[in-house]
Amino acid sequence: MKDFPYTESKDTRSGFGAGLHELGKTNPNVVALCADLIGSLKMDAFVKDFPERFFQVGIAEANMMGLAAGLTIGGKIPFTGTFANFSTGRVYDQIRQSIAYSGKNVKICASHAGLTLGEDGATHQILEDIGLMKMLPHMTVINPCDYNQTKAATLAIADYEGPVYLRFGRPVVPNFTPADQQFEIGKGVLLNEGADVSIFATGHLVWKAILAGKLLAEKGINAEIINIHTIKPLDARMILESARKTRCVVTAEEHQMNGGLGDSIAQLLAREEPLPLEMVAVNDSFGESGTPDQLMEKYGLNETAIVAAVEKVMARKAK
Amino acid sequence: MAQPTASETHAPEATKSVAELQQIAAQVRRDIVRMVHAVNSGHPGGSLGCTELLVSLYFKVMKHTPEPFDMDGIGQDLFFLSNGHISPVFYSVLARSGYFPVSELATFRKLNSRLQGHPATHEHLPGIRVASGSLGQGLSVATGAAQAKKLNGDDRTVFVLMGDGELEEGQIWEAALYAPHHKVDNLIAFVDRNGQQIDGPTEKIGGLGDLRAKFEAFGWRVLETDGNQFETLLATIEEAQSLLGQGVPVMVLMDTQMGFGVDFMMGSHKWHGVAPNDEQLATALLQLEVEKASDY
Repeated sequence: MKDFPYTESKDTRSGFGAGLHELGKTNPNVVALCADLIGSLKMDAFVKDFPERFFQVGIAEANMMGLAAGLTIGGKIPFTGTFANFSTGRVYDQIRQSIAYSGKNVKICASHAGLTLGEDGATHQILEDIGLMKMLPHMTVINPCDYNQTKAATLAIADYEGPVYLRFGRPVVPNFTPADQQFEIGKGVLLNEGADVSIFATGHLVWKAILAGKLLAEKGINAEIINIHTIKPLDARMILESARKTRCVVTAEEHQMNGGLGDSIAQLLAREEPLPLEMVAVNDSFGESGTPDQLMEKYGLNETAIVAAVEKVMARKAK
Repeated sequence: MAQPTASETHAPEATKSVAELQQIAAQVRRDIVRMVHAVNSGHPGGSLGCTELLVSLYFKVMKHTPEPFDMDGIGQDLFFLSNGHISPVFYSVLARSGYFPVSELATFRKLNSRLQGHPATHEHLPGIRVASGSLGQGLSVATGAAQAKKLNGDDRTVFVLMGDGELEEGQIWEAALYAPHHKVDNLIAFVDRNGQQIDGPTEKIGGLGDLRAKFEAFGWRVLETDGNQFETLLATIEEAQSLLGQGVPVMVLMDTQMGFGVDFMMGSHKWHGVAPNDEQLATALLQLEVEKASDY
């Protein structure tokens, strides 16, 4: 098992804030909108240095999505910022009609996704957002794993023409992606080569997959670990190549099973290469209040859960 | 984005007389009833009621470039239709001002058409800048487009039309709060105050009440006008334009009659989303005579 050294832990939302600030300096067409959550979204630096290109919308997310669609008419590249819950479910019809169906170049940037938002509880812990966004035709859906990757993704989506959902989170997590790693939309990142099982993880679960890989190595199981930061478009080629080699698959994500990464990969395998698959995800349940670590343990989203899923799926492998 | 050259630009045809506009409006109304009749679906009532406004904007007031159509519209006045169900009037006016062939009106609501039931950027129909149909979204979009114009140093104006029943959507009031607060003073919004919505009169269904007082309380400059009389309407639009650039957006409450121009459709919500039959079409076309009809 490869080693993934890191010198600091940081939140992915700060990667977004740093990327947005850099875009402020390098791309005059980038504008930002926020629904009363500048600090939470780490947009402070952009607001301070580019006030004329920042729009405080207040607690009015539907209006924010419409404004963003309108700002594209005239060549602006709007980045909207609020929590994932208010970035998707609350404004689904606005995104559907004014942004996705209208083909608008809006970047919907969503923080505090999933259980790791923690103590605020289920009202704010959206676990359905990837599903909602990936169902929209032509929407790109990205869920990076750490600070560096979130920053790189933020820069990359500004150069991509079309609507994007960029999902990130609140807690600090190990920042292990090389700072100079280019972000390629739709390209999986091979983290560890292995022959016994393919683990496809996204977002915060990527680090958990690395921890699981170490535990599995101690048991003599050689896991291939791939970071699928782009859920849509899915890197079908890389996923199939790995699955055909290892002959069994585990997916891991901080999201509902319904509509998430595992669901996308299950569809792909069912069509192209039916193989045993286990999903590490929330199983048809809302979250609750608690610390992020407590919640990830209770809802089965940590390295222990991944190891258990690997053992289960390997037992199902054709002998 | 390339600036349109003077020769390409559909300059405001300030010289067009009211009599000429009336002839265009009659032709547009013929298009509307024929379009909805042909597919036995669509929304004639609101379309007929807003004909004077769209004809005024596209044939007299706005500086715009139909060909080649440019999505960004820099240097042009922009119009957004928030109440997308009155697409027949929008399509007719766009076609007749040169955005796409008039003959294409015959494809309205048919399979493989660019003229969807509700306006869409579908297949890039020239003149449509955002999809509408699900109500309540257009004021936000228009406000965003107006702010983009400010960032671009573009001094042209953004116009948007909403239905009155549509004002029951909460997003309208989010945008209504936002635009004055952000001093979006290159924006003229119109409300089609025909007093009707699908289930009956607006005052019975949604109780819109004193819209002037409501929008004034939100910080808008509010004008009221008759939306079916060119002279009054054009004077009001001119007044609205004179109020731009003063830190405040302008709202025009426009009294109209649903179905205006076709006597049996006038003033009733019954014709909101119902097409005329063959006999009714013939009656309507008789009432909508034009000097030189050029039906598609």
